[in-house]
Amino acid sequence: MEFLKKFFERTEPYVEKGARFHWLHSVHNGFFTFLFVPKTTSASGTHIHDYLDLKRTMTIVVLALVPALLFGIYNTGFQHFKAIGELESSGFMQLFFYGLLKVLPIIIVSYITGLGIEFIFAQIRGHEINEGFLVSGMLIPLIMPVETPLWMIAISTAFAVILGKEVFGGTGMNIWNPSLLARAFLFFAYPSQMSGNSVWVALGKNDQAIDSFTGATPMADAAAGNINFSPADAFFGFIPGSVGETSTLAIILGAILLIVTGIGSWKIMLSTVAGGVAMGIVLNIFAGTNIYMALPFWQHLIIGGFAFGAIFMATDPVSAAQTEKGKWIYGFLTGILAILIRVLNPAYPEGMMLAILIMNTFAPTIDYYVVQGHIKRRMKKVKISV
Amino acid sequence: MENLINIFIKSIFIENMVFAYFLGMCSYLAVSKTVKTATGLGIAVIFVLGITVPVDYLLENYVLKEGALIWLSPSYEKVDLSFLSFIMFIAVIASMVQLVEMVVEKFAPVLYTQLGIFLPLIAVNCAILGGSLFMQQKAFLNIGEATVYGLGSGIGWFLAIIGIAAIREKIKYSNVPAPLRGLGITFIITGLMGLAFMGFMGIKL
Repeated sequence: MEFLKKFFERTEPYVEKGARFHWLHSVHNGFFTFLFVPKTTSASGTHIHDYLDLKRTMTIVVLALVPALLFGIYNTGFQHFKAIGELESSGFMQLFFYGLLKVLPIIIVSYITGLGIEFIFAQIRGHEINEGFLVSGMLIPLIMPVETPLWMIAISTAFAVILGKEVFGGTGMNIWNPSLLARAFLFFAYPSQMSGNSVWVALGKNDQAIDSFTGATPMADAAAGNINFSPADAFFGFIPGSVGETSTLAIILGAILLIVTGIGSWKIMLSTVAGGVAMGIVLNIFAGTNIYMALPFWQHLIIGGFAFGAIFMATDPVSAAQTEKGKWIYGFLTGILAILIRVLNPAYPEGMMLAILIMNTFAPTIDYYVVQGHIKRRMKKVKISV
Repeated sequence: MENLINIFIKSIFIENMVFAYFLGMCSYLAVSKTVKTATGLGIAVIFVLGITVPVDYLLENYVLKEGALIWLSPSYEKVDLSFLSFIMFIAVIASMVQLVEMVVEKFAPVLYTQLGIFLPLIAVNCAILGGSLFMQQKAFLNIGEATVYGLGSGIGWFLAIIGIAAIREKIKYSNVPAPLRGLGITFIITGLMGLAFMGFMGIKL
């Protein structure tokens, strides 16, 4: 580490104002502060220094994503070899490496595009590079179908970072979750690449899928009226779907880390699940002959992106409701909307993405009314005491 | 009853005046700086839509439509006054807005000054005329449906404007790039809100 520190210190004069490489100064600063704790202190005003800064927060979220990522990589290989009927004859490492070759390029493209734009914006606008994109850049590959072309990943990442985040003032200022915006953008701009049955399982040009292969996700099947997944498969994640969303178990591992460290709000997670369960029960009661509506309510929690959205997306501390009472309302409505859109809207097989985006839209409204409620209550107390 | 609930939910979320039809944009963009004034205008729009749509429904069915005047005398069976519908609807809307304006001025003078020109301009708010014209197009069966549709459209517009007003209050101190401050960022927010609202489109009730 010492030589790295020396390197950064030695190059510092070159990026100072007026020096030749000044245009690289935010890159320099970004990497320097990423590797080492900054030695500078604030020059004015009162600041509270907390060990839990943006970097620590982001690192923990990325750590929490690792189980879902590793399983997603494995599942990509698993689904591929299952589709071509060679599952029995392929070993664990073979599955894993096939998945790695598929998923790694998506991660690299998402990081390079996003961080590149962040660097450029930081440079032009004269602020520091924030670590916010470390998490978004990891979330984007995890919520995309594995067969999404790389140029689409790049376009959607650019859209999300520029229009979803930078125009609002950068990290921590966005209204909507950038990674979900990226996915929603692709979903509406290139619907054929983002839905249907051929995008969820990686198949090479020369691969011949076996006859019984459909490639449909459990939700697409359910919307078409046949339920043919086993709850155990859905829970452990051996089903087709976006890269990181399939395994509820891996997501729960991440959730435990988020809750123990206090990074993710357990209130939002709990109320989102409660909302989903409540809506599932309501639909079960009114199901009648509709098979999808009659799907046992708890199975909604383990298929599709519900668990992933509830744990990693809805709890985004920037775009979620920020008041404590607001979090309960926000999460509950997210859960309700997700199941509602998923089951009742034939146009979209998955509701979690749009439910969270809708609730992101109204999170400031919820916060506003919660705060106004507090003000009103306290004003009453003031009047009584006078 | 079920039919009424369907119309209500549909008009709020699925056929939202702002995000599905992009109607009533001018006051939506101009009066959404604070939640308080936005709430005032939103309630005014709910009120005006809730009154004008059923009144226009009666006009449409008992005066304007072909054969609507039959209750006067059977000889009017062939009379079709529907070419007058625009001017009649606007007249109803304008008089309703006059009423709202007088009420607001009397009971909430602060809100009256905050809303300024946009209160009388509700008369030419396209969401309001749009409500009446959609009513005509949808051929509702009875006045109950028309009332529910008017109220629902108003509530949808109300939700949209308080939603964007809360967002604009939240980003008031954000470091938005200088060229985008004000209307620019508001347009971007509206677009992204529309993206989020796409989730409701296509729901069949």
